[in-house]
Amino acid sequence: MTTLEAARRRAESDAKDRGYYLNPDPEFLADLIEGLKTNEDRYGYPSCPCRLASGVFELDRDIICPCDYRDPDVEEYGCCYCALFVRKDVVEEKKPIESIPERRPKEKIALARASQKVEKPAEFVPALTAIPLKTKLQMWYCKQCGYVCFREEPPYICPICKAKREMFEEIRATIYLGT
Amino acid sequence: MKIVKVNGKKRSHKVFMYAISTCVWCKRTKQFLKNNSVEFEYVDVDLCNDEDQEKIEKEIIERGGRLSYPTLVVDDKTLITGYKPDKITEALEL
Repeated sequence: MTTLEAARRRAESDAKDRGYYLNPDPEFLADLIEGLKTNEDRYGYPSCPCRLASGVFELDRDIICPCDYRDPDVEEYGCCYCALFVRKDVVEEKKPIESIPERRPKEKIALARASQKVEKPAEFVPALTAIPLKTKLQMWYCKQCGYVCFREEPPYICPICKAKREMFEEIRATIYLGT
Repeated sequence: MKIVKVNGKKRSHKVFMYAISTCVWCKRTKQFLKNNSVEFEYVDVDLCNDEDQEKIEKEIIERGGRLSYPTLVVDDKTLITGYKPDKITEALEL
């Protein structure tokens, strides 16, 4: 069993890594942390408190906090789906934090549901991973320390050397297959 | 399936809510309805068994909704997904 303190520390660390803030409303944040703890006790991993988990790790992997949809959601809406992670300008300028649309593809939700009827749910994993994210991922590198990441937009700060977003540049690579 | 009824003075609309017990937006929606004395029913989908969860998901999709919570159904026809106080106020004429 995890503790509320441990769940909070992990959230703080996950936010700091990306230059995000945690939800500035103390009551909202306390409820989110409690939801993450409940899910970790229930499923063995902290799946998103605002989503329905299947209980099968491989099929819930994309909704384990911080979820796969956090970065594009924070980029587009200023906060993630459950509103745990919030963009810096939203907190500093006290912009409203609102409930946002679900970015998780509905095919993934359907597969996670279908997996509960079979003996070996992990058999659904290849089909699940084949569902593409509706985002265009690119490679970025930090010009200060060389850190490389693969995501839609560069991070707000470098998780390694804390350089600002402006220090990131896109890597354009061509891969030649065969001879 | 455990359906919870919350009594309220305003009963002119039938309000049903699909929620998740750990979801803070769902909690806010329940509180908003309570603060406005709206009578409503809800089910915490994560606390249901697999069979009921499947039934609920089918219901939401048949009504044209997305599997996103909270989903509020007003008078068996209007669906409101997410915590949307303005839309709830309009649909329930608060």
